[in-house]
Amino acid sequence: MLNRRGFLSSVAATGVAFSAPMVLAQARPRVVVVGGGAGGATVARYLAKDSKGALDITLVEPTRTYYTCFFSNLYLGGFREWESLAHSYGKLAADYGINVVHDLAVGVDRGAKTVTLGGGHVLPYDRLVLSPGIDFKDGSVPGWGLESQNIMPHAYKAGSQTQLLKAQVENMREGGTFCMIAPPNPYRCPPGPYERVSMIAHMLKEKNPTAKILIVDPKERYSKQGLFEEGWMKHYPGMIDRIGPDFGAANTEVRPDAMEVVIDGSVEKVDVCNVIPAQKAGVIAAIAGITDDAGWAPVIPHTMQSRMDENIHVLGDASAQGDMPKSGFSANSQAKVAAMAIRGALTGSSVFPAKFSNTCWSLIATDDGVKVGAAYEATDEKIASVDSFVSQTGEDAALRKATYEESLGWYAGITADMFG
Amino acid sequence: MFGRLLLLAILGAGPAAAQGLGDAARGAELFGQCKRCHQIGAGAVHRIGPHLNRIFGRKIGAHDDYPYSKSMKRAAADGLIWTLETLDTYIENPKSLVSGTRMNFGGIKDAGDRADLLAYLRQFSDNPANIPEAEPTATATDHDIDPAILAIQGDPAYGEYLSGECTTCHQVDGEDEGIPSITAWPAEDFVIALHNYKRKTRPHPVMQMIAGRLNDEEIAALAAYFATLDAN
Repeated sequence: MLNRRGFLSSVAATGVAFSAPMVLAQARPRVVVVGGGAGGATVARYLAKDSKGALDITLVEPTRTYYTCFFSNLYLGGFREWESLAHSYGKLAADYGINVVHDLAVGVDRGAKTVTLGGGHVLPYDRLVLSPGIDFKDGSVPGWGLESQNIMPHAYKAGSQTQLLKAQVENMREGGTFCMIAPPNPYRCPPGPYERVSMIAHMLKEKNPTAKILIVDPKERYSKQGLFEEGWMKHYPGMIDRIGPDFGAANTEVRPDAMEVVIDGSVEKVDVCNVIPAQKAGVIAAIAGITDDAGWAPVIPHTMQSRMDENIHVLGDASAQGDMPKSGFSANSQAKVAAMAIRGALTGSSVFPAKFSNTCWSLIATDDGVKVGAAYEATDEKIASVDSFVSQTGEDAALRKATYEESLGWYAGITADMFG
Repeated sequence: MFGRLLLLAILGAGPAAAQGLGDAARGAELFGQCKRCHQIGAGAVHRIGPHLNRIFGRKIGAHDDYPYSKSMKRAAADGLIWTLETLDTYIENPKSLVSGTRMNFGGIKDAGDRADLLAYLRQFSDNPANIPEAEPTATATDHDIDPAILAIQGDPAYGEYLSGECTTCHQVDGEDEGIPSITAWPAEDFVIALHNYKRKTRPHPVMQMIAGRLNDEEIAALAAYFATLDAN
């Protein structure tokens, strides 16, 4: 494989020398971006903005209206309107000259350097960016599958699933049980399931105060655990129980037709069940053949290039990069590093050392926001954390309110950074 | 009195005179320029600005009956305390500590003048526990930014690249809901503020982390870039 690659690239290099005038006459270098979320929309926008027309950029995203997964928990809690999470690609097309194609990428031919779309079109690329987010691992929660997601929603890709889950909780019988099957590591948005529990508890406290919440969690520990537990004790005392692996949570199956959860052999009847399965890179990464045994796409930290194909960059949740959490903030941060590397490779622009950062805000109750964040640098082995901070237990109400307001500012900031 | 002189001698060993307390009588004269907005002493009440009695050791923005700016409230939530050091920073350049403060005052560049003014203000903070030179923080590092750092000409193009790390939260168009705008911020204020985060005299965990790994040239480049932008 290496030999063949080496051979091909030397042929390509020689070819360029002979055909240089033709290359100049050709179209601009082509970048195809698959996935229009925090990674894909950002990289497309930064490539267009900073290359000032030198690159031909195509963004492939099946949905015409993008609903952000970040802040979708706040919709569940009644803090955001659904439409406030909606964003369109109009500015990326109109103001940045990006060719926005609403289709699904179904194939990648790495030899020919083309992407095939569900509609049958074939897009050639000089560089390909895959930012496909997550897909679920089959069979990770026995008894659950896509055919049962209408009964037991995952709501872990924002859209109709999120609206369905909210409706189910709103219509739950008085005193009923909401159950969450939490995912094993690694997964999108580490505090996400626990912020979701907080938001559902907030909604239930107002509308159905005798209801219970049961978290079935295969992990020993989770993100911001001390902060969430303190907040739940304060705002929702007696409402939330969590069963961890010490009580058999790692051995859980669901029976959607009976609305039952079987935890290590013991059957629980539940009223609403939110199953968040184990995750892997969005399936196009595996189709492209750049994923590892765990199902994620390993990347070179300095450029976010796939370790298996230097012409492909992988961003966000789908990438296996090291210490950064799978978050929209991380994907946005990685996208800027990738955009710089791609411009450097295709247009000869300056390349500076990669820097990454992340902050994740979570809302526990009205005006009770917390955050965790870190700064990162690229090493040869991985993206490595170099500094970090986290909100503290016992903070005063004014600081928590300011933290929540800061998260609103961040939402406005990152969505402007993605969609222009 | 002897102890006081000794303390001043120790403090005076640092590079900035403002780290010690100056001449309160001279400070009273200097306070003339503050009087249009601030009252201090017996019977002082809020005017355009809040009264300044017992300011040392108090949380920033702590008067419930004074309508502080959004920025001041944010600094309050961040837990900023008025100490000799923070007051000195604020009086030198208010916007370097609280970017959106409504205090329309260019600042006092002379460290000696600031020390005198602070000596005067301190007379109206009667709680001995608040007397700043009794606190270990009073001997903290000099906050004055090295003029050589302020003189660095930032490269706006490099700043534009680095700004990607800022614009995830700070909107380029100058919107400031929840997170302050840094668009069109005067470069010197920007540099001083970032260095104050870097040395952690200005509180905020995210900004301390971000500034903590920016070097002098990078801060200058960011300042140069954001100063060139127009807010909508």
